[in-house]
Amino acid sequence: MQTTSDEVLIARIASGDRLAMQVLFARHHVHVYRFVLRLVRNEATAEDLISDVFLDIWRQAGKFEGRSAVSTWMLSIARFKALSALRKRPETELDEETAERIEDQADDPETALAKKDKGVLLRQCLTALSAEHREIIDLVYYHEKSVEEVAGIVGIPEATVKTRMFYARKKLSELLKERGIDRGWP
Amino acid sequence: MNTANKETQSEIEELLPWHAAGTLSRADARRVEEALASDPELARRYAMVCDEFGETIHLNETLGAPSAHAMEKLFAKIDAEPARKAAVSLNLGMRVAEFFAGLSPRTLAYAGGAAAIAILLQAGFIANIVIKDKSAGGYETASAPTNPPAGEGAFTLIRFAPQATQDDVTKFLEANRFSIASGPMDGGLYKVRVSMTGLPKTDLAAIVKKLQSDKVVGFIATTE
Repeated sequence: MQTTSDEVLIARIASGDRLAMQVLFARHHVHVYRFVLRLVRNEATAEDLISDVFLDIWRQAGKFEGRSAVSTWMLSIARFKALSALRKRPETELDEETAERIEDQADDPETALAKKDKGVLLRQCLTALSAEHREIIDLVYYHEKSVEEVAGIVGIPEATVKTRMFYARKKLSELLKERGIDRGWP
Repeated sequence: MNTANKETQSEIEELLPWHAAGTLSRADARRVEEALASDPELARRYAMVCDEFGETIHLNETLGAPSAHAMEKLFAKIDAEPARKAAVSLNLGMRVAEFFAGLSPRTLAYAGGAAAIAILLQAGFIANIVIKDKSAGGYETASAPTNPPAGEGAFTLIRFAPQATQDDVTKFLEANRFSIASGPMDGGLYKVRVSMTGLPKTDLAAIVKKLQSDKVVGFIATTE
């Protein structure tokens, strides 16, 4: 079965085709939602942002020039919306988030190891990373974006993408070590 | 090790996450594969990257999805937008789409076929393996199934190496007595049954570790 490409859908959206908008939304909204949710860490906010992101796509479809994949363009818009929402977030919410992270680290390594297997600990550490590090890890591993695409979404040079990913992974190793798992790297 | 070698090693190491995700260019992927084959320490670090890759997918897949209200909200906002005039000039995407629409079916068939064949070949031959596997017995009694019910057994998620041929994958599955339970999923992953019965996590992890170095395997992780 042949499916309509994202580029053709965007061209149809640019001429006001609502059905094309529904198809594009159905195809990408879960991935965009998860990307935003990992940044803002609030389901209600993430859900609100999804409709804003796709409304921007509806409005700007005519300006899409096809220099990147549609999914890359959508993640750029989603990122901008998520960071704007984070800047508006009250400080009390941020404090709660910080408290949760501190609480996560409170278990002594032996207790943590006894309770959880390595996969659970790894996921816990992935959640405890900073927004900047979570973002790059998700873009590379989950959204399967190349170095060039990540550079386009985040707005940084390709060399910085590689070093930021390296430091995100280094931080992950440090968090694992705090929880009793020494990966022997870096 | 001299400075130039160290720099190359560090460059290669930075590419490992993209190698695990399958988003490197063919040339870079080849460089990484050659380095992995000759450097055990790099291979060990790549195993860590594969763990991170698998757990990041697991984490994101458990995040759920937005409610149906998100779509309702979006279209309510779109309805409130001023009516849009049809675009007068076609943008680049439309022009490209129009270009392909203007090609004869035969030209399109050759061009599209050449581009798609590499991608489809592997999925096709793996489907072939599954079908052959299922029809191999010919006759089967209801009381003595040759395969366990779906969901029973121990499983891994595997993405086969891009260069692996049908023959390589068949031999790999037969040699290890594995079978493909489902796939391909997002990212070209297959759910592969590695044992007819459930295995302790440590045994399954040992199997995954052993298979990470197999040239047929591009990525492997445990799954339920």
